[in-house]
Parts: sequence; C-alpha cells; structure tokens
Amino acid sequence: MLSKLVSKQIINHGLRLTTRAASASAQPKLVIDRKPPVKFQKLFINNEFVDASSGSTFEVINPATGDVITEVADASEKDVDRAVKAAKDAFRLGSEWRRMDPAARGQLLYKLADLMERDRAYLAALETLNNGKPFKDSYNVDIPHCISVLRYYAGWPDKMNGKVLPVAGDFFSYTRREPVGVVGQIIPWNFPMILLCWKIGPSVATGCTTVIKLDEHTPLTGLYTAKLIEEAGFPPGVVNIISGDGPHCGASLVKHPDVHKISFTGSTQVGKLIGIEAAKLVKRTTLELGGKSPNIVFADCDLDTAVEMSHFALFFNQGQCCCAGSRTYVEEKIYDEFVQRSIERTKRRKVGDPFDESTEQGPQISHEQMDKIIDLIESGKKNGAKLLVGGKREGDKGFFVQPTLFADVEDDHRIAREEIFGPVMQILKFKTVEEVIERANDSDYGLAASVFSKDLDKSIVVSNGLRAGSVWVNTYDNFDPVAPFGGFKQSGLGREKSEYSLDSYSETKCVTIKISQRNS
Amino acid sequence: EIKYTQLFINNEWHKAAKGKTFPVINPSTGEEICQVEEGTREDVDKAVEAARKAFDIESPWRKLEPAARANLIRKFADLLRRDIDYLSKLETLNNGKPVGDSKGDILGSAACIDYYAGWVDKIAGETLPGAHDQFIYTRHEPIGVCGQIIPWNYPIMMMAWKFGPALACGNVIILKPAEQTPLTALYCAALLKEAGFPPGVVNVIPGDGPECGNAIASHEHIDKVAFTGSVEIGKKIQEAAAKSNLKRVTLELGGKSPLIICEDADIDYAVSVAHRAIFTNAAQNCTAGSRTFVHAKIYDQFIAKSIELAKNRVVGDPFDSNTEQGPQINESQFKKILDYVEAGKKDGAKLECGGERHGNKGYFIKPTIFSGVKDDMRIAREEIFGPIMSVLKFDSYDEVIKRANSTSFGLGAGVITKDLTRGLTFAQRLEAGSVWVNDYDAIINQAPFGGFKQSGHGRELGKYGLESYYEVKTVVVKLI
Repeated sequence: MLSKLVSKQIINHGLRLTTRAASASAQPKLVIDRKPPVKFQKLFINNEFVDASSGSTFEVINPATGDVITEVADASEKDVDRAVKAAKDAFRLGSEWRRMDPAARGQLLYKLADLMERDRAYLAALETLNNGKPFKDSYNVDIPHCISVLRYYAGWPDKMNGKVLPVAGDFFSYTRREPVGVVGQIIPWNFPMILLCWKIGPSVATGCTTVIKLDEHTPLTGLYTAKLIEEAGFPPGVVNIISGDGPHCGASLVKHPDVHKISFTGSTQVGKLIGIEAAKLVKRTTLELGGKSPNIVFADCDLDTAVEMSHFALFFNQGQCCCAGSRTYVEEKIYDEFVQRSIERTKRRKVGDPFDESTEQGPQISHEQMDKIIDLIESGKKNGAKLLVGGKREGDKGFFVQPTLFADVEDDHRIAREEIFGPVMQILKFKTVEEVIERANDSDYGLAASVFSKDLDKSIVVSNGLRAGSVWVNTYDNFDPVAPFGGFKQSGLGREKSEYSLDSYSETKCVTIKISQRNS
Repeated sequence: EIKYTQLFINNEWHKAAKGKTFPVINPSTGEEICQVEEGTREDVDKAVEAARKAFDIESPWRKLEPAARANLIRKFADLLRRDIDYLSKLETLNNGKPVGDSKGDILGSAACIDYYAGWVDKIAGETLPGAHDQFIYTRHEPIGVCGQIIPWNYPIMMMAWKFGPALACGNVIILKPAEQTPLTALYCAALLKEAGFPPGVVNVIPGDGPECGNAIASHEHIDKVAFTGSVEIGKKIQEAAAKSNLKRVTLELGGKSPLIICEDADIDYAVSVAHRAIFTNAAQNCTAGSRTFVHAKIYDQFIAKSIELAKNRVVGDPFDSNTEQGPQINESQFKKILDYVEAGKKDGAKLECGGERHGNKGYFIKPTIFSGVKDDMRIAREEIFGPIMSVLKFDSYDEVIKRANSTSFGLGAGVITKDLTRGLTFAQRLEAGSVWVNDYDAIINQAPFGGFKQSGHGRELGKYGLESYYEVKTVVVKLI
C-alpha cells in the first residue's frame, strides 16, 4: 500500500518508461532473496578492494534481528591517506580523467545506472538486510531513484558552460568552470544508496575525484556499488569508497590537506564540527543536516489526502528522514477529525520483517537510536503531550519501535523542538495563517515544509513565507533529481541534486587575455 | 538490402497518395538503387494530422515524464550505434561518401542525439522577481509540429541535428529527407518505432522540394520549419512560411567560407588543414573552406605542396577502405561543378591540377586546384559544392579580413597562425557563425553552429540549438 502513497514521482523515476507496454507475462516474477550474500567487505581504493592497513574490521548488524551480518574493513587515518592519494593522482593534470571528453564522463554514469538497474533486486535486498527499510521501499523507491539521479547527472558534463564576458579594455575574458578537485564525501545510514548517488553524481559530472566514507552502520550496498563502478569502466582513483567511523576516519578525511571540498550529510551537531575543521583550511563545504520540518494542514485541504500524506511525511523510512514532517500543524476547525483519522491510520501501520510484502515499517537502525527515540517519547509524556498511539519498543528482537502518535503538542515540548528520527508523530493545533507561519519558522532548522490546502493563492503566499529549502504543496517528499534540496539556517549549507548542485563542485576561473584591439 | 521505401506516418508504412514513386540513384555508378514512394501535399496533410494528434495535450508523448523522454531519445542513439554497419553501408550506397566517413557520421550523430537527450530534464523556465503580490514565471513549451527539410550531403547527421533538439523540447516532427538520399532516413524511422516513440511523434515523408517541401513550408498547421540547403530555396521557404501562417523559421544555408593561412603558419600543417577544409565529403559541405587565402610569403610553397596532396588524394569506390573521396551526388551537380572549372579557366585563374572527370562511371571529379584566383571571379564568389580549391594571395592582414568578409555568406571561417593575438583578432572580426583557429570544420555537439548574413539564421547544436524549438510563455499569478 505504501508504494501507492509514495509520491509517484519517486517511483516513476528510474523506471524506463516507454510507451511500449511491457506485458506482465514477459516479466519474470520478482524473487526476493532474504539472505543476499555479502560479496564485498574491503575498502575500494584505485579500483581495487584492499584490507584496512591495520587489518582491523568492524561488525555490521542486521537491525531487524540485532545479529551480526558480517565484518567489514575499518579504515583508519592511514587508509584515508591512501584513498586521498589515489584520488589526487587521478586528478593530476594530464591524467586520463582530466583529459577525458566531458560526454564520455556522462557515458560512464549512464553505464553505472544501467548496472544498478541490472542488479536492482540484489541491491534492494542488501539495502534492506543492512538498513532495515522494507524491501518494497528499497526496490520501488530507493534503487529506482538512484538510477534516475545518475542518469540525470550523466547529461551534465558537456553542458557546464562558462561565459565570455563583455569587459572593458583590450581584453578577451572568459570563465571556465573547473572541477574543484579532490572531494571528500561523508554519507549517513538512513538512505545509503540514495545518498551515495547524490554524491557520486555531481562529483563525476563536474570532473572531480572523490573519497566517499560510508556510514559504519550501512557499508554493504556502497561497497557493492564500488564493484559496479569498476565494472562500468571508471578510471582508477576517480571514485574511492571506504568504510569507517566518524571520529577517526571521517575526521581525517575532513582534515586532510589534499581534499579540497567536503560534502557531508548527517546530524547538525556533527555538521558543525565538520564546518569548524574545514574552515581551518578554507575548505569548500556543503552540509545536509537535520530538520524539524513543519507540515501545515489547512481546513480547506482534501482531508483524506492530507491525513495519508501527513502520515507518510512522518513515518516513511521508519521516521528516519532528515526532512520528516515532524511537526504536523492542523487548523483548529478540522483538528479533532484529523487527529482521529491519524490515530486510525497509525494503528493500522504494519511493523515487522522488512522482507515481508505487507510490512510498512521496519526496525530503527540501531539500539542507540531506538533508546534515543524512547527517551524522547518519555519526554513527550512528561511535558504533557497526549500519547494516543504506541510509545514503546516493539518486540524484544531487533530495534523496532511502535508507531507512536502525540496530539496536543506544544511548541516548547522537546518532541516539538528536537529531531527524533523515529516513528513518532507530533500534532499541534493552530488558528491563523500568520500564527502558523511564525510558529513553523520558529526553529533553528529549515530543511523542508509542506502545505495542504485547496486554496492555491494561500498555498503560494504561505510557501513564500516558510523559511525552508523545500516546500511541498499537497504532496510530500518529492525528490525529483531536477529539483534542488537543501536547508535554510542550521539545516545545512548548499543544495543537492539539480543544476544548483554543480556550483559547489566547481571552481570558476576567469581567464583574461590581453589583445591588441577588442571589438564587440 | 533496402528495407523501407514507403512513407512513414503514425509509425506505419504508407504508399503515396498519388501512387507515384521516384528513383534513388547510386552516385558511384549512376544506376538506380530502388524506387521510393513520392510524397505530395496530401501525404503531408496526413502526416500533419498524425503529428497534431500526437501533440495533443492529453497524448502519451505530451504526458511522458522528462526522464522517460530522455531515455527514449537515448534508446534511438543506441540503435543507431547497434546498426552502424548496415546504416553506414546504406549511407555510402546512396550518398557516395567513403564508408569510413559514413561510420564517423553515424557515431557523431548518435553522440549528438545523446547530447540532446541529456538536455530534456534540464530545460527550465525561470521565476522572475516581481511585485510582492505577483508570482511570475516562464515556461519553455514545445512549439508543436515541426517541419524539417534536410539535404543530401550528410543525410544521417542532418537528421540527427534536427531530431535532437526538437525531440528534447517535446515537439513532434515531419521530416522530409532530400529526394536524392531518402534511404537512411526511412531506416531510421523504423528505429524510432523500435525505440518506442509513440505514433505520430516522428513522421518521414520522402519527396521533392517544389511539391513536398513547399507543402511543408506553406502548411497552415505546421508550427515551425527548419531547413538546411541552398540560399535560393531558403528564401523561398521563409517567404512561404510568412505568407501562410507565420510559422517560425530557422535556416542553415550555403557558404563561401574563407580559410586564411598566415605567414607564420607551419606550412605542412596548413596545407593538410586546407586540403581537408575543401575536399572533405567531396567538398559537398556548407562550410567547405572554398576560398583559401595564403600569405604571399608562403604562397609558392603552399601551392606546390597542395598540388602534391591533391594529386595523391584517392578517388574511387567509396566501399574501398583506401578511398578518400567518393563521387559527387548526381549528374546535375557533376555538370555544374565542371562548368565552374570552365568559368575558372575563362576568368583567368591558373588550373594547377585536376579539373576533369575521374573515371567513366558515376559522378567522380578529380581534386582540382586553381591558383591566382581573384576576388571577383565566379569561382571565388559562388558556392560550387565541388572539389575545387581556389587559392588567393594576400599580403596585408587588414586587407584579407575585409576580403574574407566581402561576401553575402557568413557560415564558417578559419585562420592558421601561431600568433594568438592575431588569431583572436581574426575571431573577433570575421563575419561568420563559426571561426576556427588552427583548425577547420571543428564541429562539436556542445558548440552552436549557424550563419551570419545570408548563410542563415538561428543556431543548431549546443544549448543555443534548443532555443528555436521552444516557445516562451510568461505566467503571472496575482496573489489576492
């Protein structure tokens, strides 16, 4: 059912839509491998899989059971050094990568997308095994989105035009858009494959070389993708993928003098630390951080859609979305009805084995996250919010939390201010447009926001007033590769996806040539 | 070996309304390859009806997501590459260009299609800053039914240059390939169907200029016409477009492009560039470097080395991998070119080599060089479209720029020099849509191509190539 609810744009992208109807009988029935074999567990540097230099490894857990899936190489500062060196060599002036025709760079991305499409079922199963998100989502949303993002970026390399400038004097001046150089990219565990592609796309499109640090919770699909990168034909050193922790591995990547730019997706808290470190070397930095996104439901909305989409806005991906609609502001007139319907919907939410076709919600990523969520739920009760559904851990194996709903939440409750990153919905009441805009903006975050209303005029005016990087009207979580995504305020710096993402991976060089006479 | 000889409308093959066919000739032998259905006004009407339906706002084509449209367009490029062996042979059979050149054309065409496929989901309108109670934005909408009339010198490539931007912007197409070279266009129509384009999105109507081409240019329900061909016909097309429904017009016409070789040029390099600038594709190239200006100081050397290169140019069977130059396209061109040889002699230019037919079958002409050419000679003013190099002497750079610009054409221009300042100065001053420094005919999919003055208007290739395939709509929403 969830696949019907998820924004159609997310599903349709990546699937090769042609007007030839693919007859259902021609497609073999999808066989879901609940125990996808782990094939790659080492660091991917220079197109080779290598052990960590210290030989150490760390465990990768299946969050649905708490059991160990496998062990994976644990990169230390030395390995980061190796990887950065590989990326630096690949970026050398005169290298194969630097000299490659821009269109050929694009063809490599198309090839990678094709390989991902080929291995879609396997990748989706591995993602579910490691992350706990329902297989239905990995297969219908995550992997197709990855494919569409890569194909989007594949079209850019030969289209990044500079300008010839109307300068004064006898000069011929033009700009070049050059790759910024070696980039370090650090991604989180909530959308391992998607964020991997959001990082690979612009790096390759602009001609940079990269070292990507996978999150220590979810390295498996990234390391498999490394193999696809080699198979696609990328020159060695152009994309390096390593697994390791934040404090040592991530930190050394951020501090490394040969890394010219850092792109980080994760918590605001860590984002600030990274910003501080990067500033010491004037490193270009883009950050995609947390959020506490307001979802504003007006009385003149389509109530069925609003209830369903608001549910989805919070609960999708086990609530583990930086842009989760975690403050649901409902207009007074429809408040009671909305709360009632939301209770019903939340109670119906099916939690369980992520490989089960009927499951809507899998486990949270870790014990630590689960504890944090339960703690915030307790704070909600303590602060006086009304707990109407759930509120406890689900079962005693794996890290499942019951779908939880609070109503009558006040703006100063912890659950209304702090990012929970779990399946806990907050419903707050409002009276007027001006009031709700002010309350929605009253946050250090500013990642996303949404408006549900049939009044287009009001929707536009409210959208103009919301201090958020993405505002969705009568929809939620639209992640079209064409559209920029990023935060106002402490939700981040810079934009991902879309043409806007290219600037942070480029440096503009202005070349001025003295000539004997300039004519317009 | 010839699979498709009918009109392609609505993803189906049709016989011509009037029931007539016309012969398609192999220029290497002068013999008929096959007969092809001849499209006339009624067939164009049918195609327009199919195209209009395919462009309806509710149609599958209009509703296709941009990423899906991009995938379709790339699929077409993949199929071109898949069938490159067959297609290159068909192109060579029909056009006469060496089969290696055909292969190069197809690869370049597929790359062009891929380039435009990449634009589909990047064609964005803008939001514009307005008053506080206004929401202003632009939409870049497809124009609609685009008539595209292409020539015989680069059949597949000209088709690719037209299809790429038109499809990227979401338009529907009626293509009229040149009557001399319809075969590869018809095969490509089958590939479009195989790729999965909905019916009516691309229609191909082989036919002549006066009846079929004119029907397109003057059609009341075609929204745009793009034409590549001669200046003479280009003017007729623009007139017909204006007289009928003021359809949008872009034209890629002829040229008499100058290549200027400066005294500091590496002589061997300059000779090789000048040679290919004129002789490539048997000189059947709108940007042919057909006026070679050589600085007096290196003039004699240049002539001597050019003659040697021209004499060694291998003319013959285009299916032979050693062949560098195939036949001219047909008898009419063949005669016209030999007439120009006579004109050159009569006007007093010195015939250094060639100047006559090669062999006794097909329309082959020997690579020809005239030296001592003066600006007012016919061979220096008129587009020959045949393998005649005209070499003119100069000794002043200011003067040569003026002479180079003294033409109603303005398609391409080249300058060979080691002096960067001089190169850039020439780039500023030459009145041509493309200026090449230390190169010639560098055609690159990202870079716009088109003419100054009577060489045409509008640009193909690059981002600029999209501009003539969308309409800008401004939307202003008042917020009350």
